[in-house]
Amino acid sequence: MAVDPIHQFQIIDLFPVAKIGNTEIAFTNSAAYMVAAVVIITAFLLGGTAKRSLVPGRVQSTAELTYEFVANTIKSTAGTEGMRFFPFVFALFTFILTVNIVGLIPYAFTVTTHIIITATLAMSVFLTVLVYGFWKHGLHFFNLFVPKGIPIYILPLIVFIEVLSFLSRPISHSVRLFANMLAGHITLKVFASFITLLGSAGIIGMAGATLPLAMVVALTALELLVAFLQAYVFAILTCIYLNDAIHPGH
Amino acid sequence: MADGTRGKDDRNDPPDDEAALSARLQRLGNRLAQANRPPEDDTGPRQTGDPSAIARGFRLSTELVAGVLVGALIGWLLDRWLGISPWGLIVFLLLGFAAGVLNVMRAAGVVRDRQL
Repeated sequence: MAVDPIHQFQIIDLFPVAKIGNTEIAFTNSAAYMVAAVVIITAFLLGGTAKRSLVPGRVQSTAELTYEFVANTIKSTAGTEGMRFFPFVFALFTFILTVNIVGLIPYAFTVTTHIIITATLAMSVFLTVLVYGFWKHGLHFFNLFVPKGIPIYILPLIVFIEVLSFLSRPISHSVRLFANMLAGHITLKVFASFITLLGSAGIIGMAGATLPLAMVVALTALELLVAFLQAYVFAILTCIYLNDAIHPGH
Repeated sequence: MADGTRGKDDRNDPPDDEAALSARLQRLGNRLAQANRPPEDDTGPRQTGDPSAIARGFRLSTELVAGVLVGALIGWLLDRWLGISPWGLIVFLLLGFAAGVLNVMRAAGVVRDRQL
């Protein structure tokens, strides 16, 4: 029984939407899961805030917790000035979290296992930092690349290194999320295929198959942790980068 | 939630009259204000403690790889555009490696850089 661990990441065209030149733009399963994530988040937040009771119910309590969690993350990394980016960070965090957790459901598609998605999210952060930094500080934004207290003769080298370090941010930002989700889902699939392979090998195989089964259970728990953690890491790094745009050259 | 257990002792004494109720509301309001007050040093140093060791380790490795990748990409493009192969790749790979190491040291909190 051949199990292809990559098959789960296949993009399937559901129906065509538009045609630009010779390129067909189709609504894919990836897009469908993204829409589903947005619907889930919207329903969750609207449902949580609809009653606005003084003593929150379960859904309202969770919605408030999510808000406060993101708000505290922003305040602790980018200060109160960072709160103007709250909608942006909150959208990123909830979107990635929902998409990651929905992807853990068996047979579901995980949007963040495609680097084009994570790279787009990371580029939106990177461009926000650039645009806001230049809009707010003008050319002083370049102070970001000039650390203080560096002897003048090695300054050009340091500036080069700082610029490269800055440019590498969207890459590490996107690859981290993408690779974590991809690796986790492949590992899950490989261990799950061990169960069927061993299980088809008679009674001893059946007994042996309990080992990968236990592993899959443990891995699923780990993946749930990773799903949350990567959304959190993405959000906190977004805050750290935005902090550079708000206070460059400190 | 933690607030539920704290409010329990308040709930035990029944409200006698309007004054007692308003006094209790006042106390509750004070306590809420105390609990919700944001920390004063908002622009303080960023936390370097990631919640989990896996995430931390993964973050460090991607930081290094990203630095080297960007260096290699820029060097390769410069080589192609300016026709100075292989010098662009050599120089920018080294610079990219340095940037990667700088990223890692920053992510690990070894360098207290520009006081983020």
